[in-house]
Amino acid sequence: METLEQTLARAAVAAPGAQLSVVKNDSPCAQHSLLVDVEHAYAVAKFLRDDPQLRLDYCSNVTGVDFLDAELSEKVKVKKVVDGVEKEVEEVKKTKRAGYLEAVYHLYSMALKHGPVILRQRTPGRADPVKVTSLTPLWRSCEFQEREVFDLYGVLFDGHPDLRRILMWDGFKDYPMRKDYAEPDDYEYEPTPHDEVLEKAKAHLPKAEVKA
Amino acid sequence: MDDGLRNELSKQGVVVVKLEELYNWGRKNSVWPLSFGLACCAIEMMAASMARYDLARFGAEVFRPSPRQADLMIVAGTVTKKMAPQVVRLYNQMPEPKYVIAMGACAISGGPFKQGYNVLKGIDRYIPVDVHIPGCPPRPEALIHAFMTLQRKIDAQKLTGPDRARHLNADLPSEFPVPLFGEHDLVPSKNPNVWRPAVVVR
Repeated sequence: METLEQTLARAAVAAPGAQLSVVKNDSPCAQHSLLVDVEHAYAVAKFLRDDPQLRLDYCSNVTGVDFLDAELSEKVKVKKVVDGVEKEVEEVKKTKRAGYLEAVYHLYSMALKHGPVILRQRTPGRADPVKVTSLTPLWRSCEFQEREVFDLYGVLFDGHPDLRRILMWDGFKDYPMRKDYAEPDDYEYEPTPHDEVLEKAKAHLPKAEVKA
Repeated sequence: MDDGLRNELSKQGVVVVKLEELYNWGRKNSVWPLSFGLACCAIEMMAASMARYDLARFGAEVFRPSPRQADLMIVAGTVTKKMAPQVVRLYNQMPEPKYVIAMGACAISGGPFKQGYNVLKGIDRYIPVDVHIPGCPPRPEALIHAFMTLQRKIDAQKLTGPDRARHLNADLPSEFPVPLFGEHDLVPSKNPNVWRPAVVVR
């Protein structure tokens, strides 16, 4: 199977205007993924499915990822004059990164017995509306899993035939798998609390006990 | 009547019992459970009703598919918040006298999913539970033990007096409010008339 860079080059030709990049995975599994912009996701996915060399006819998994606003620190070597002598000094450069949500697709080929090719779509931010393109018209197996991502992460899928909550009830307002989800406080009775649960249970203890 | 006279009469073939004893004896040996399971504990419940563990020895082999014919609800498995209203509704549709066994860690407290966003922390927050069984899942023997505990409880129930059984006391409720789906949690998140958290002493 060709490398992801080769796939990217051919996909860029097949879907003109698509902004594609490779997201590196430095862990030993080295499963790099293909990041595609939301506008051209459908065209790129269609290319991945129909291209005779790839024929990724099976979408095994759709999931969501939540990235909070973060401050990234990076070590940069800077030339500085220290005590009259020019030296190379390491400095920590901090950059702020706005949070975003991702929808990740794992694609396999049943016909050619290869895979996975991992496709990512990224939203511009975490605030509503967070829209990506639904790939259900290409792979039917995405339907329920995109609904699950919508249910738990609040990602809206443009072009999904039936985007409703699937696990939680319809009137539910929260997105429980987001990192800033605040669960309902029902820690009134914790016979053996520890760590986080202990902190939450303390709010329900009589005040005299908290001091002790 | 003292025990000596009763013993003497039984030797002559005359059996003397109180009506209460006869009534409870009949009830405790014909407890029909509602056949519904929520998770893996239900597999153990099925095993308990099959030939190897043979729940029929206790008169409880007739699992009823309708709440209107059932006396006992075995809450076997994880009660999700989405399922909780239906469980309470099933309980409300059962006729008195009715009993509840909460089977397994999930049904009594939420179990391993306790800190999740979607699991009820024990069905005893909405309906009165007679016997709790810990275990994940409890073995069929544990269910049988719970069943025998329930039988002893039924045997001890009074027919008259201020502490008479609930189904004979019109002042006590036999139905409990069904929780609604709220925006963040079930509304209400517990029924304070049924469930009062025990005071934790540390």
